[in-house]
Amino acid sequence: MPFERVLMRHVGVPNSTSLAVYKADDGYAGAARALKMTPDDLVEFVKKANLRGRGGAGFPAGVKWTFLPKDRTVTYLCVNADESEPPTFCNRVLIDSDPHMLLEGVLIAAYATRTTVAYIYMRGEFCAQFHILQRALDEAYAAGYFGRNILGSGYSLECYIHRGAGAYVCGEETGLIESLEGKRGWPRIKPPFPAIEGLFRKPTVVNNVETLACLPHILTRGVDWWLSIGTANSKGPKMYCISGPVNRPGCYEAPLGLSCRELIYGADFGGGMCDGKKVKAVFPGGLSMGALRGDMFPKPPDGKVDPRQDHDELDCILDFDDVRKYDLLGLGTAAAVVIPEDADLRDTLLNVTRFYSQESCGQCTQCREGTAWMQKIAERIRAGAGRPVDLDIIVEATRNMGMMPGLSICGLPDGAAWPIRTLIQKFRREFEQRIAAQAPGAAESLIRRTNAAAYELPVLHGRAVQPVGGTYATPVDVAPPP
Amino acid sequence: MSWRTIDRRTVPLDDLDPGLSAAVKEKIRSFFPRYPTRRAVLLPALHIAQDALGYISLRAMREIAELLEIPPSAVLDVVAFYTHFWTHPRGRKTIVLCRSLTCELMGGGRVREALEQRLGIGEHETTPDGQWSYMTEECLAACEHAPCLLIDEKLHKAVQVEDLDRILVDAENDRLDLPRSTLFDAPQET
Repeated sequence: MPFERVLMRHVGVPNSTSLAVYKADDGYAGAARALKMTPDDLVEFVKKANLRGRGGAGFPAGVKWTFLPKDRTVTYLCVNADESEPPTFCNRVLIDSDPHMLLEGVLIAAYATRTTVAYIYMRGEFCAQFHILQRALDEAYAAGYFGRNILGSGYSLECYIHRGAGAYVCGEETGLIESLEGKRGWPRIKPPFPAIEGLFRKPTVVNNVETLACLPHILTRGVDWWLSIGTANSKGPKMYCISGPVNRPGCYEAPLGLSCRELIYGADFGGGMCDGKKVKAVFPGGLSMGALRGDMFPKPPDGKVDPRQDHDELDCILDFDDVRKYDLLGLGTAAAVVIPEDADLRDTLLNVTRFYSQESCGQCTQCREGTAWMQKIAERIRAGAGRPVDLDIIVEATRNMGMMPGLSICGLPDGAAWPIRTLIQKFRREFEQRIAAQAPGAAESLIRRTNAAAYELPVLHGRAVQPVGGTYATPVDVAPPP
Repeated sequence: MSWRTIDRRTVPLDDLDPGLSAAVKEKIRSFFPRYPTRRAVLLPALHIAQDALGYISLRAMREIAELLEIPPSAVLDVVAFYTHFWTHPRGRKTIVLCRSLTCELMGGGRVREALEQRLGIGEHETTPDGQWSYMTEECLAACEHAPCLLIDEKLHKAVQVEDLDRILVDAENDRLDLPRSTLFDAPQET
């Protein structure tokens, strides 16, 4: 059976943002069906479909809704449209082409969670998308899909769009909640989880745009249809993004379980690399999920997956489980950026480290300091003054930040550590070659120029430029300067 | 982000510091019913204030604080955190250039150099004729059209160095080709 696009069915259709076009294609039929069920039945229905969140973590949406306390009086629904993970743009494509699909999903999720007010948190850089969605929302209000007594069911829902103002960390659910409350977007310590105490200290559900956009289709086409798409634990269609120097960059919908090679080379997807170049590296799930080696490297001879070997890793299946075999953090947003064979990975490292040091919110020390120092080291490596030990220092730093060692409030430092660590570890050979090709003594002379005290304080004897102690290297004895 | 000193030059408070008009304050009040607390109106209020003044002046911060019944320091705190808000006057149009990984791979670095050279200004600065302000953003979520830049609300796609001349002289380079919603805009004085 050929795969039928549902999430992107209106991409390229003229006037697709209008209610008339959406309704002509079974629009709001899912919501009408949902409103005839009881909220609890609806939650069970979505749980049966095993709809896993599309925002990055892959947590089942129906299960998330059951965490709400039974005796709650007020519930809020926050829609996470703060899509700031480079290079992800599937939410933008979705809102551009089919804003009513998102709004119908909001209505269904709000009804299932007995929400009375829903907020769509939209990133500040989405300008055209804000106008499109607000227009669609006005239309939906006028047609009676929002407001009081929706479709005669006695259920009332208000929906507002809240515009963000440029902060990556506001895509984290508690950061988003703080930002909605009119504060800086500093994530909160969990527990209490938002389902217990979230927005305005009331039970809150935070769902991603794409997750909600799946809901109308599950309701109209049924759970069996949904479960027939995808791999064992990853069900349903997914919007894959591909960008970088490929022939057809863009957003493509496919069943979960597409391989990375297919995404880059498939005629229906990326369409191969520009100028027939080879792939050096690819970040397959948004930056934060880590890097894969490209087909510049030989294929594994025995077909076994071992991220420690310099082998082609493009056969990675982009679903919620297989990616972990390749030392990736998760599926993330399934947005791939391809780095061609002639790119300098020192530029990539600098760009990635700069992104996280800019976007760290500054709450937790290891994230604030770790990302900033990794950027400084990457700048030095880029300037042609790197040392082989710098690579060890970066890897050491990445192992000591984030929620996994239990040091941070939110997952941003994990997302920072993963791409930087996998980039260094998987492409260490290239970094070492670049460093070996530098002018001799470049690192020392740069340090001497920028921090003369490192050499001139008698007590240091130049030791400050050579790492001593710590776990990242064996101690190096340096002769005192003459 | 918050702890990095970007665009944090505050202007001294004197009598010339513009404040918010009555119509703008009324517009901010119209957001009150949307949220259970006053403080949650802060981000919409700042959007409206920046739209009216071009930036968030110290006086505007105080007036917003008074409207929302929160301390002025809380307003400054939020203004300082988000990259979207400017604390010093901007030019007529603002260029936001994307410098994410994809844009850089597709030649965004060259565009950036050419743009800075052409405008003669660095990030968060304004040209002497008051026409352009310029800043960079981490990702504009338009990676399939890399490299891209925003002029006010209009996204320019696949910008190459040779396109810059054409884009900058175009009088309608900030006009969106779709109906706008005026929800977060300051009321226009007639």
